Amino acid sequence: MAMAIASAPQQTAVATPPIIDSHDVHLWYGTNEALKGINLTFHEHEITALIGPSGCGKSTYLRTLNRMNDLIPGVTIKGEVTLKGQDIYSSSMDTVALRKEVGMVFQQPNPFPFSIYDNVTYGLRLGGKPSREELDEAVETSLRQAAVWEDVKDKLHDSALALSGGQQQRVCIARVLAVKPDVILLDEPTSALDPISSSQIENMLVNLKKDYTIILVTHNMSQASRISDRTAFFLQGNLIEYDDTKTIFLNPHKKETEDYISGRFG
Amino acid sequence: MRRVFEDELNDLHVRFSEMGMMVNEAIYKSVKAFINHDKELARDVIKNDHLINEREVDLEKRSFELIALQQPVTTDLRTIVTVMKASSDLERMGDHAVSISKSTIRVKGTTRVPKVEQDIASMAELVKEMVNEVLDAYVKSDDKRALEIANEDHGINHYSDIIYETCLEIMQKDPATVPGSMDYLFVSSYLERIGDYVTNICEWIVYLQTGKIVELNSNAKEDDF
Repeated sequence: MAMAIASAPQQTAVATPPIIDSHDVHLWYGTNEALKGINLTFHEHEITALIGPSGCGKSTYLRTLNRMNDLIPGVTIKGEVTLKGQDIYSSSMDTVALRKEVGMVFQQPNPFPFSIYDNVTYGLRLGGKPSREELDEAVETSLRQAAVWEDVKDKLHDSALALSGGQQQRVCIARVLAVKPDVILLDEPTSALDPISSSQIENMLVNLKKDYTIILVTHNMSQASRISDRTAFFLQGNLIEYDDTKTIFLNPHKKETEDYISGRFG
Repeated sequence: MRRVFEDELNDLHVRFSEMGMMVNEAIYKSVKAFINHDKELARDVIKNDHLINEREVDLEKRSFELIALQQPVTTDLRTIVTVMKASSDLERMGDHAVSISKSTIRVKGTTRVPKVEQDIASMAELVKEMVNEVLDAYVKSDDKRALEIANEDHGINHYSDIIYETCLEIMQKDPATVPGSMDYLFVSSYLERIGDYVTNICEWIVYLQTGKIVELNSNAKEDDF
């Protein structure tokens, strides 16, 4: 007879080296403690999904990884976040340089009101004076990586605002890729898109992970289960559970995680 | 994401087909060992059965993961359900090959009846053929062929009846044949059960193609009981 299923060894994701390490991260909006001591390590070339109900702190946490919360008045942050061993909250850290290494894509596609070409090259032109050839090459490479090259290659000099939502979002991703970041943060990148566009973005993210580390906030549980290697579950400012996506979706250790992903609350 | 899912689904298919070949080989070897009185070969089948069991566990685990992580629907879901159900049928077929091998080891040295052994060999040939065919029909998702294969089970039941009658007769005539005949009856019933499992797999192939759960060759209706 076959062995009991429970005895089958759990396959764990092969650990790649850590790239971002956060230790005891607390964040207050005024007096409201939104993050209550988060310890999380992200590994290279993996997709990590952050899930949890609205207001659980997952987007707030994502923004601490490239200091996007610095811009919000009344925010206090404690704890340590390191990128490749370097403290990103140290006074010597240049936030512009940090955000080149840790790029971000938002929920609503937010192309600049310029041409597609200028959108993609914006970051490169900020950082110096690249040649026309360098820019041309970066545009094609990034748009190809973002799986939108075929859609836009004949209208690179048209306004990015004329594209569909899904195409705009992929151009925004290309804009992040053009500056060759190590890590890409995505805050619900497909929640404003239709299923076909979402699926194209999911495919693209899976292809991108061989070159980048991807951290994704999503409300879409099946998106997390389909594409991520690891999943972190947040609840009320706490990190409840962080494990291989397979473990989280098949056999989570915490009851709260199980209740949330089976739709019993949240 | 569809592409990743399809790769995994395809992988599941390949692994299931490999399991089918492993089971087919186990049945083939166990029957060959029984007919040639080859104790070594019989031991070999028993020794390797754990590989079949492990493959079933592996297929179930992969199926659970695909269901939990990819939330398949329609044909995709039926494909996974088919693999899960049919792999447990295959695993049981492997267990029967082990039982035949155990009989082989036991029967050696007792008084033998060539006529019955000949019938068992012919029955086994038929079973082997059915197993081959059902694996082929699975790979091709051929539900019409599956219905035909399920029909072939009647031929196996026919042999089973003949062997039963013959054994009864010889046991009454010569008590020395009783220990051997007991194993003949066991082996014939193991083969008959393997045929039933082939029928089950035929049912899953029909389900995969049509979405209908059918009962082919219900035992209760069979043979005018």
